[in-house]
Amino acid sequence: MEFFRIKRDIPFMSYGKLTTAISLITFVLAVAFLVIKGLNFGVEFTGGTVMELRYQQGADLNQIRTQVEHLKYGEAQVQALGTTRDVMVRLPNIKNKTSAQLSNEVLTVLKSERPDVELRKVEFIGPSVGEELVTHGLTAITLVCLGIIAYLAIRFEWRFAVSAVIANMHDVVIILGCFALFQWEFNLTVLAGVLAVLGYSVNESVVVFDRIRENFRSPKMRGKTVPQVIDNAITATMSRTIITHGSTEAMVLSMLVFGGSALHGFAMALTIGILFGIYSSVLVASPLLLMFGVTRENMVKPVKIKEEAVV
Amino acid sequence: MNRYPLWKFVLIAVALVAAFLYTLPNFFGESPAVQISSARTMVKVDASTQTRAVAAVKQAGLNPDDVLFDGSSVKLRFKDIDAQLKAKDALQAALGDDYVVALNLLPQTPSWLQSIGAKPMFLGLDLRGGVHFLLEVDMKAAVDKALEKTAGDIRRELKDKKIRYGAVVRGRDSVEVQLRDAETVDATLPVVNKLLPNLKVTPVKGDSNKIVVTYPQAALQKLSEDAVKQNITTLHNRVNELGVAEPIIQQQGAGRIVVELPGIQDTAKAKDILGRTATLEVRLVDDDPANLQAAIGGNVPAGTELMTERRGSNGQSVPILVKKEVELTGDNINDAQAGFDEHNNASVNLNLDSTGATIFKDLSRDNIGKRIAMILVEKGKGEVVTAPVVRAEIGGGRVQISGSMGVAEANDTALLLRAGSLAAPMNIVEERTIGPSLGKDNIKKGFDSTLYGFAAIAIFMVIYYRVFGLVSAVSLGGNLLLLVALLSAIGITLTLPGIAAIALTLGMAIDSNVLINERIREELRNGMTPQAAISNGYSHAWATILDSNVTTLIAGVALLIFGSGAIRGFAVVHCLGILTSMFSAVVVSRGIINLIYGYRRRLTSLSIGQVWVPDQKNA
Repeated sequence: MEFFRIKRDIPFMSYGKLTTAISLITFVLAVAFLVIKGLNFGVEFTGGTVMELRYQQGADLNQIRTQVEHLKYGEAQVQALGTTRDVMVRLPNIKNKTSAQLSNEVLTVLKSERPDVELRKVEFIGPSVGEELVTHGLTAITLVCLGIIAYLAIRFEWRFAVSAVIANMHDVVIILGCFALFQWEFNLTVLAGVLAVLGYSVNESVVVFDRIRENFRSPKMRGKTVPQVIDNAITATMSRTIITHGSTEAMVLSMLVFGGSALHGFAMALTIGILFGIYSSVLVASPLLLMFGVTRENMVKPVKIKEEAVV
Repeated sequence: MNRYPLWKFVLIAVALVAAFLYTLPNFFGESPAVQISSARTMVKVDASTQTRAVAAVKQAGLNPDDVLFDGSSVKLRFKDIDAQLKAKDALQAALGDDYVVALNLLPQTPSWLQSIGAKPMFLGLDLRGGVHFLLEVDMKAAVDKALEKTAGDIRRELKDKKIRYGAVVRGRDSVEVQLRDAETVDATLPVVNKLLPNLKVTPVKGDSNKIVVTYPQAALQKLSEDAVKQNITTLHNRVNELGVAEPIIQQQGAGRIVVELPGIQDTAKAKDILGRTATLEVRLVDDDPANLQAAIGGNVPAGTELMTERRGSNGQSVPILVKKEVELTGDNINDAQAGFDEHNNASVNLNLDSTGATIFKDLSRDNIGKRIAMILVEKGKGEVVTAPVVRAEIGGGRVQISGSMGVAEANDTALLLRAGSLAAPMNIVEERTIGPSLGKDNIKKGFDSTLYGFAAIAIFMVIYYRVFGLVSAVSLGGNLLLLVALLSAIGITLTLPGIAAIALTLGMAIDSNVLINERIREELRNGMTPQAAISNGYSHAWATILDSNVTTLIAGVALLIFGSGAIRGFAVVHCLGILTSMFSAVVVSRGIINLIYGYRRRLTSLSIGQVWVPDQKNA
């Protein structure tokens, strides 16, 4: 079996304008959603108390909502958690009340109506922790980018490094945009997922870049123009790109389907990240590389062994 | 060219066998057990405790499967939960309040596996249920307390030295001593300097004459470090009261403490106990032998209380009658250190604050020739540590307790007195309670998603790449084995994000194999012989694999450094997974391929799925 029977190199680079346009539009849209709607930050970031409840039989969300609102804790959220039996109640921080008191009060009230409720999880996060997480998260992203730029600049060249990181950030922004658009909860696990995408997507760009470097050095490719060389590299790695991503996506989808609510956000971030990872590494990073004016000499000069390829 | 030297095969075999052995303990499950540990620092768990415990359990008609003593606790393993509960009750009754008897689950790892250090993975709270607290030490309060103490010390010292001063005022981060004139400043300066050698003392002369005492950075640093350390010690002692089998109490960052109590569900009770104080009380002793006899006889005279006094290092208990009136409490203790008295006996040196010092001075002056009892109150129960006779008035707030204590006991007592109170109040900034049923669910869901994802990938690989796909799937399995073995052996705490990382790492690890297989197909397409295609495929793919894994690793390490909680749990597993995947995808899969194809003389084709060649040759 062979899925990809590609006879000629696909002229990806000639689609440059189109793909750049698509990228720009999605990017701008994502940023717009982030600005307008904002991220629905999880309790780790905002502070507050989250309770996870399980009912023996299907729960009536509206009833729970009225009951919780009756306690007058301010902006309380009640939502289903995957199944009809699992319910999540989110409460803001309240002065002079510990989360244990808070959750006990809520549970007592809910039990008065439906005794079959079971408290599965309580999580309380103070207000100071959230800010720290944001700074740490941003530091981590910056550090990852710098680390990758440094490594790629050493292994390849600065143009490769910068294109890869831009393509990467493009993915990250789009994931965040999706989370803003659908108002999915953005919590620590999702952040872990986003950061994992950062590493994963760069991996993808590296494979294509590797091929481009190899092509530049290969005598067979000597007469070809730079866009042709890049086209050939992308076409050659096409099959591997799809299969690898398919495999990873299978794993992530399996998490999305079987992982339950706790892994849902994480799997979702990765699902989107991997889909855009394919697109961005092929159709964002490489055109950028071209735009930065990569030439054969950039790649071939430092290699002494293959000098005959230069001449 | 596709033959490995023998040592490489041996290396692969050894790695896989070791991985298998170290993964094995995870499948044996756990059995119910009762764990006995010391409830107080002064009570030690030793071999005799074990004998007593076994005897008590046997008396209750139970037979433990296994008895383990690990230096600080005795663990008895039982067949079922019923026996475990009965044993707990029996042990609690037999051993009394001096010991913590907690229910626990012990891994059923066979002893031959234990002997090579194999153990099951340690599950995080989100997988086994329990309570997690993140406490923040209120440093401002710690500094306030220290400033208050400094102000008191100065007042006392100046009074002692008969230096006239206006007022000792505590500012926001300094203490100011107001003085009459420049001369007094000069006279006071050496006194204060001598009293507080670690602090910065600045004289001010002119319009206002005063001495300003401030904490230099180093002193502040030490202050906050000590505060956190003391609070951790206190928490340790208090958590012991909860009867938690394996509590985790750790410092996190500069001023935070993590407390994790697996298996505890009642947060309210946990918080109540964490917030309580164990303390020292100073009371007078009623030395009338008649009263003591009456009390022992069950007729305790009014206003007194019968307690026990520990004498000697063997912990022999002697009854003692003390007054109910508490003269002084541990709240007035600033510090307690173990040391030696003038006869070279082990002692505990207390440093009282200014109020404490005044009280103690008056108390000792009024009771010369009588006995004063130092009572350690723990779990609401008092015990007389020592009851010395007062020989003279004791001023200055420095009290030495030396009785028939050993050095170790003096250390323990000092630690306990320090641990009695918190150095600074703490706020709960994060709290998480996970029910045990949710934990089980999480394990199952995490396991399921990994299993189905793995199965999907394996099936696809076998269909698409045939023998090479099978080899890829097998080496991916090897990767899983290596990763789980590594996690178990190092003792990394597995959390739900950790399971997600295992799944994701497997999904990403197959990339290396896909790269290799695609490369081999390409070489075949370009007309290489099968053997050359294998060799070139692996060597060409290697550079790419290295680059892509290193970049992923950079991201992983950054997560490890800057992540906290969930992110860190993910990052640890992710990083380890990248490392094992490089080994398994490149070395293990090559080893198997070499075994299959490397020794065939005339190899005409490879089972790597259909290799499609375009119509025009060498496209």
